[in-house]
Amino acid sequence: MTLLSLKNVSKHFDSTPAVAEVSLNVERGEFFGLLGPSGCGKTTTLRMIAGLEKPDSGTIEFDGQDITNLSPERRGFGMVFQNYALFPHLNVFENVAFGLRARHKPKAEIAQRVTSALELVQLPDYEKRRVDELSGGQQQRVAIARAVAIEPALLLFDEPLSNLDVALREETRGELRELVNRLGLTAVYVTHDQEEAFALCDRISVMMGGRILQTGKPRELYEHPAKISVARFLGRNNLIRVMRLSSSKSTLGEFKTLQGDHMLRLPIPHDELAPMNKPCFLAIRPEHLLITRSGARSENVLPARVRELNFAGATSSIKLDANGLQLEALVLQPDGLAIGDTCFATLPPERLLLLKND
Amino acid sequence: MTDQAEEAGSGSMEDGAGGDWETGRRGDGEKNTQSPNPQQPAPHLPAFPSPRLSLSPSPRLFLFLVTGVVLLYGVIYPNLHVVVSSLQRNNQWSLVNYREALSQSVVLESVFTSLGVSILTVLFCALVGIPLAFLFERYSFPASRLFAVLAALPLVLPPLVGTVAFIFLCGESGILARLVQLVFYLETPPWSLRGWTALLLFHTYTMYPFFYVLTGAGLRRIDAGLAEAGRSLGAGSVHVLFRVVLPQLTPSLVAAGLLTFMTSMASFSAPLLFGGSVRVLTLEIFTARQRGDLELALTETVILAAFSLGALTFFQRYEGTRKFAAAAMKGTGRRLKPITSGKARAAAIVGGVLFASLLVLPAATLVLVSFAQDGRWTTQTLPPAYTLANYARILTEKDASGVFINSLSMSAIAALAALVWSFCVVTLAMGKGSRAWKRLLSLLVLVPWALPGTVVAVALAEAYGKPSPLLGSYVLIGTFWILPVVYFLRFMPLVVRAVQASMEQLDPALEEAAGSLGARWWQRFRRVTLPLVWPGAAAGTLLAFVIALGEYVASVLLFVPSNRPISIAIASELRDLNLGAAAAYGVVLMGIIAVSMIIAAKFERWRS
Repeated sequence: MTLLSLKNVSKHFDSTPAVAEVSLNVERGEFFGLLGPSGCGKTTTLRMIAGLEKPDSGTIEFDGQDITNLSPERRGFGMVFQNYALFPHLNVFENVAFGLRARHKPKAEIAQRVTSALELVQLPDYEKRRVDELSGGQQQRVAIARAVAIEPALLLFDEPLSNLDVALREETRGELRELVNRLGLTAVYVTHDQEEAFALCDRISVMMGGRILQTGKPRELYEHPAKISVARFLGRNNLIRVMRLSSSKSTLGEFKTLQGDHMLRLPIPHDELAPMNKPCFLAIRPEHLLITRSGARSENVLPARVRELNFAGATSSIKLDANGLQLEALVLQPDGLAIGDTCFATLPPERLLLLKND
Repeated sequence: MTDQAEEAGSGSMEDGAGGDWETGRRGDGEKNTQSPNPQQPAPHLPAFPSPRLSLSPSPRLFLFLVTGVVLLYGVIYPNLHVVVSSLQRNNQWSLVNYREALSQSVVLESVFTSLGVSILTVLFCALVGIPLAFLFERYSFPASRLFAVLAALPLVLPPLVGTVAFIFLCGESGILARLVQLVFYLETPPWSLRGWTALLLFHTYTMYPFFYVLTGAGLRRIDAGLAEAGRSLGAGSVHVLFRVVLPQLTPSLVAAGLLTFMTSMASFSAPLLFGGSVRVLTLEIFTARQRGDLELALTETVILAAFSLGALTFFQRYEGTRKFAAAAMKGTGRRLKPITSGKARAAAIVGGVLFASLLVLPAATLVLVSFAQDGRWTTQTLPPAYTLANYARILTEKDASGVFINSLSMSAIAALAALVWSFCVVTLAMGKGSRAWKRLLSLLVLVPWALPGTVVAVALAEAYGKPSPLLGSYVLIGTFWILPVVYFLRFMPLVVRAVQASMEQLDPALEEAAGSLGARWWQRFRRVTLPLVWPGAAAGTLLAFVIALGEYVASVLLFVPSNRPISIAIASELRDLNLGAAAAYGVVLMGIIAVSMIIAAKFERWRS
């Protein structure tokens, strides 16, 4: 059931468009991610959901109510800011109690709810501490406790982990997800970190240039990026510029690579995706390339020369030059290959993805 | 005699007042005048203030009304009135006032004299202030911190008090002159404190801190890593100075030059007391009004205002060019080079002690003279007899002590009103709105600060000295309230600056966090904004308060018996040759200022 829904929301700053025609739906109980490079409009979108910015056009609905013009203090959403925005003049207890005091809750209830919120983030007994005495990770937890204490109808996160070091970030990530699950909250989470988004979110919208390019479950995004820019942003894809050769009636696409003059074949369900004689892109993940030392010249098998070998623990990355076409493969065993060796790279048709032009 | 206090006052506030909401670049550390301690670098602000949480329409309308009414009554109407009046003769539009004014050689001469004095003042102040800043910012030696703080002392000395102290110390019958006369058995005093030399000496003494403070702040802001990078690329230290350091310092130097220029153009007490035959424009306006030649006074006022506003325009433009400032925030820390060579160290200490005594001498003289028995100090080097009678008189005599009550209450009223109003203006200016509107607001707030006190006083006197369209039959001139109003107008830009600086330092996310936690605008202000900005705001308010306490330039044109302030009392004691009483007033004033500045420094420290 849809809890939050944005319909064609747009926002300009001066004359620069920040968010253009964004529509999305967040289900109740869902952990929803907004993922994109910096400047893509994801934070502006989150701030519009929070009520901190007003959209120029479009509507925002929450639980069936239009909240587009509702002020932030009336929305009852909790927000965790990138720099935490803890009140420096208040101690930990008063920070967490802030939203409850604004609601004029009775003293006893405030004390009880603050204590339980601090227990939730594993910071009991920190009530009297000054916030500037806390480490970054602890400040982060206080910020989360403060947002959770008001029992928010929706929890908003603006890159909350970006100021933590790597180890702490991964640990906090797990706890965050567990906390949101345990409280049964709905959350919208903004990040530029693909790994973080994949690990945390049930569904993700990838944003670029103020628009949502694709929305889906992490696995769908990873395996089936719909557009070149999504494939590029999600990283580590071999992007191959090709020209379609076969006639548009065939369901088997025949493509010629612009570098290296190789022929690649793959089944394509939608004819209109690849107009004849127009350059387009095929994508394949490096772990989906098969590398063999010897091979027969057959369909989708490209002879190549090893250009670079990088050992990276469990896997090794092999950079290949197939007659001018640069490819990267991830393998478990480099199979005794050395730089300068010849080998064969197989690009399985079912793994090749035809990308939509942006 | 007192207007220098005002000048000094405007000097200090200039530091503070250069903020510009439109660019969000506030006055910059260098101009952080609300800090009584010039050594405290003002923290940097983001280049563009983030728009704050918007207010709901009704409080915003209220703020708009309050701000608009004050600006209309205090800034727009009086100044427009003066310009319009200067362009009319017998209710007919005409340039005849200007033709007549500019055809009088004495007017033209005073314009050129004012410009000449100001340009030379800038030059001398730069020669003193810039090397001092380099000395204290680059090297450390015993007690260098103390000397560094002392060097900014003249900023808080009321110009009138400074002038009086200068006369006692350096005047032809002052202590120094008598000492020289005694030592060399001279028949006549060795010099007279009159004319260009005296004026420039005094201006340099009171205004070099602009260069000193602004250059120092500029140097502090320059990333030491840049100079190191220059050195690592093979540039010698002279090359680094000219290619790396000075280009980044230029905006600070230009700003300091303009501030000094504006303050010098507004200078009134020093020319009045020892200008001699040097007739500057402020003095011409004053005497024209005394003569009753109102049309000439008005026309000269507009001419003087044009110079000040011209300088302000340049000043703001240079403010805006300081783009690299923020970029230099992160970087290599600057280390002071200790002076290790024994001779250089000794020279630095001796120089420092001499310099410090030079700065402290005028104030010390004032204290000494305040204990002198009036009438007994005739030809001796130092006063021969000492007494507490001067203090007893000014503190107990009803007429005399009344001026303290007047000055304290009027300054307090003005400063508190400025505080409340500043919150209105700054909240409005930091909210939503077009750039043009913010630029206009910022300019209107700055105008009374940039205008010489003489101009502000003349404008108010003209606008509200008779029944007016804005006040109906109520005539403000001649009432008690005219001086609090003048003090408010002249010094509110200081408070606005302080409040603005504090508010801009607030992370906008704090208010947003409060909003997202359910706090309404009033709760956000009371529970988040106010607790975090009050130390800075209070420091700015105190500064405005102490500067208003010593205000003379505008007071002398507008005071009435019911609101006679301290500065007027000092001037009239001096005229009656009650030197001891005049000095005692000055000492008490300095005492109040010192206490206030110490409190303000505490606030500043809390703020950081």
